[in-house]
Amino acid sequence: MEIMYILIGCSVLLALVFLCAFFWANKSGQHDDTYTPSVRILFDDEIIEEEGK
Amino acid sequence: MAAIKEEVQRIEKCFHCGDRIEETGYCLDDHDFCCLGCQTVYQVLQDGGMQQYYRYNQHPGKSNKEKQADFSYLDEPQIATKLVDFKDDKMTIITFYIPAIHCSSCIWLLENLYKLNPNVLQSRVDFMKKQASITFNHTLLPLKDLVYLLVNIGYDPKITLQDVVKEGNKNNLNPLVAKIAVAGFCFGNSMLFSFPDYFGMGAFEKEYASFFGYINLAFGLPVLLYCASDYFKSAYVSLKQKRLNLDVPLALGILVLFLRSAFEVITQTGAGFTDTLCSLVFFILIGKWVQQRTYYHISFERDYRSYFPVAVTVLTENGDKPVQLADIHIGDRILVRNNEIIPADAILLKGDAAIDFSFVTGESSPVSKTLGEIIYAGGRQTGEAIELEVVKPISQSYLTKLWNNENYKDYDKHFQTFVNFISKYFTVVLLAIAFFAALYWAVDGSANRAWGAFTAVLIIACPCALALSSPFTLSAALSIFDRNKFYVKNTAAIEQMATIDTLVFDKTGTISSPKATSIYFEGALTTKEKKLLNATCRNSSHPLSREIVKWLNVSSDIPVTNFKEFPGKGMTAELAGQVVKVGSANFLNIGKIKTDGSVVFVRIGDELKGYFTMEQAWRAGLSALIEDFKPRYDLHLISGDNDRRLDALKLIFPSAACLIFNQSPMEKLGRIQKFQQEGKHVCMIGDGLNDAGALRKADLGIAVSDDINNFSPGCDAILDGESFSKLSDFFAFSKDAVKVIHMSFGISLLYNIIGLSFAIQGIMSPLFAAILMPISTVTIISFTSLMTRWYAKRHKL
Repeated sequence: MEIMYILIGCSVLLALVFLCAFFWANKSGQHDDTYTPSVRILFDDEIIEEEGK
Repeated sequence: MAAIKEEVQRIEKCFHCGDRIEETGYCLDDHDFCCLGCQTVYQVLQDGGMQQYYRYNQHPGKSNKEKQADFSYLDEPQIATKLVDFKDDKMTIITFYIPAIHCSSCIWLLENLYKLNPNVLQSRVDFMKKQASITFNHTLLPLKDLVYLLVNIGYDPKITLQDVVKEGNKNNLNPLVAKIAVAGFCFGNSMLFSFPDYFGMGAFEKEYASFFGYINLAFGLPVLLYCASDYFKSAYVSLKQKRLNLDVPLALGILVLFLRSAFEVITQTGAGFTDTLCSLVFFILIGKWVQQRTYYHISFERDYRSYFPVAVTVLTENGDKPVQLADIHIGDRILVRNNEIIPADAILLKGDAAIDFSFVTGESSPVSKTLGEIIYAGGRQTGEAIELEVVKPISQSYLTKLWNNENYKDYDKHFQTFVNFISKYFTVVLLAIAFFAALYWAVDGSANRAWGAFTAVLIIACPCALALSSPFTLSAALSIFDRNKFYVKNTAAIEQMATIDTLVFDKTGTISSPKATSIYFEGALTTKEKKLLNATCRNSSHPLSREIVKWLNVSSDIPVTNFKEFPGKGMTAELAGQVVKVGSANFLNIGKIKTDGSVVFVRIGDELKGYFTMEQAWRAGLSALIEDFKPRYDLHLISGDNDRRLDALKLIFPSAACLIFNQSPMEKLGRIQKFQQEGKHVCMIGDGLNDAGALRKADLGIAVSDDINNFSPGCDAILDGESFSKLSDFFAFSKDAVKVIHMSFGISLLYNIIGLSFAIQGIMSPLFAAILMPISTVTIISFTSLMTRWYAKRHKL
């Protein structure tokens, strides 16, 4: 059952990677504006639809 | 029938901004517009192939009736460099605050600016902050032209001195988010590593028990040292000041949790409480985060600098030149145009000055000044452009002094919150129970059990639920207020609102609306004369003429010959063989007549028929609002204006109310102070600079504003003029919000009593703590959120 120690080590390491990813995202400003992208993503679609007509 | 009605309503609305169309004549491509401004914007967008703008939303624009500002100062490199974020040889990046951003069409249009002008390289909108960050080629498109481009499409950026002064408030990373992330990470992991112990381990698995224990302890360490550090600091400070805030029992609980866990793990006597520790810190940090909600687009801390313009036109021998305010010196000749603010105390040299001081002093009617008279800073010129000579630098002018007055400062309000009040007693009782339990078991002779009971009490009674009840209740209340256009500065201000028992109103701009005027006619008019007057005034686009036409309420088809309008004076017309003259007293050669407010005289033929006076109308629902307040609050009115409408106000306000007029800003502040000395909890409701001191001195200052993006003095809450009639509901709701806090405190006490009954016996298991803590937290969060919304519904908010 020594494999337990390795598995636990791996799982904690993986979780740490996700924590670092969160810090990086936060620092690079991904959470500064949480609303506008949700509107922005709708624009392109409508234009394409219009051109198709 | 309904369809027809809808059709009629649709046609009456401006295609661009959706305002009601009051006069026809602006029509393009089968679309009606309310004003030339809206039509121009439509045309600009049409020419640029941006019709898409009108497809995302109905009436996406904002009204363009207001006068355009002068942006020529943006050509001054000194001013421009203070505004831009980044500049190199080819391009400039600038972030504008654009209050008009309000819908998806706005985002679309502003992010497609490059289609209108290819020199705009990139633009990006932050909707919540109402900001647009624009990258443009400044060699081909100067900053001024970029601003005019925005103005032409109806998105005037708001450029104020405070923006110029603004220090890089960007990249203001919130360390709280990082702490929550770490606490959440440790919480999840330590919970997983605690499961084996909770579910029971077989004999051969026992070798892992200490390993899991140490791993858990490793997760607890960053939570204790990093995430919870603020609580220890705060507890230390509060102990030093010999007052007990809620952070003391919290910090104590966290510390004891860690020490007992470490002790149990190291001595291998138990599994420890690390997961409880992590979850506790995680939840209380979330509560803190919820409380820290901020409004990006509203400033509660504005001062005179954001009221003043960025620059003013100085007349020099080499022509006009825009100069930033800080560089204005005594002796400079400045030009102030219609609707511009006089930035410094100055002497009038040329032109007809009619200065609107309503924002500074509360006087509702413009004051006319003669040549050579000193005009104090802060007034707004209405009428033609005037020339002035500066006599005092900005830093020493009347308005700036008023603002920097010592009496206005140092009112850092300390709101007494319920949690602060209760935490004193809570801590004392908690410690007493812990010592009593320890003593009991120590006397009984079992030291282990004494230690167990002592720590268990401190752990289980840790006021986690209590710490969460008020942030969650009040932040829910905050968002409900927000939805109703009442913007409260922070959660503590809501609790303060519930304690208020005296309301003091300002008059001009607060209970009367600067946008709505009512018109009165002194004299008598026959129907025929009304028709003559209507035919005359119809030809003028002056707002007062429009008001008169509305008041006359007759239709006439009398042909008008020889109509002449003299801006700022009046108009003449010949019709049906009569000469009709409408205008100011000077224009009609009447001589001095004692009147107040804007007055328009009417002469038909040789006979003076009478005059119209304009008054700001009361806000809609004022009487009903006062009626609502009457039984529960003391109501008063303090105005900087004269008492000419006293009789009307006496009918609205209760007989016990003080109605005081002609008050200077300092006297207003003094009145508030006097009420406070009588033991009253005073709320000041005002709007202008003259209320600034009173707003700050009062226990709660509410600024009323018809456009929340415009200047409003420093205050605790900003009320949109539209929601003025809901004010009594807001006050009632704030009381209910505090009631919810009290109830949730009761619930959290109940949980504490259950937990304590086990803890004092010294038989609390880690599993019990790990279950009780989240359950009590979830109960409190859902109870407060649901109850607050239920109360809001009852008040129809």
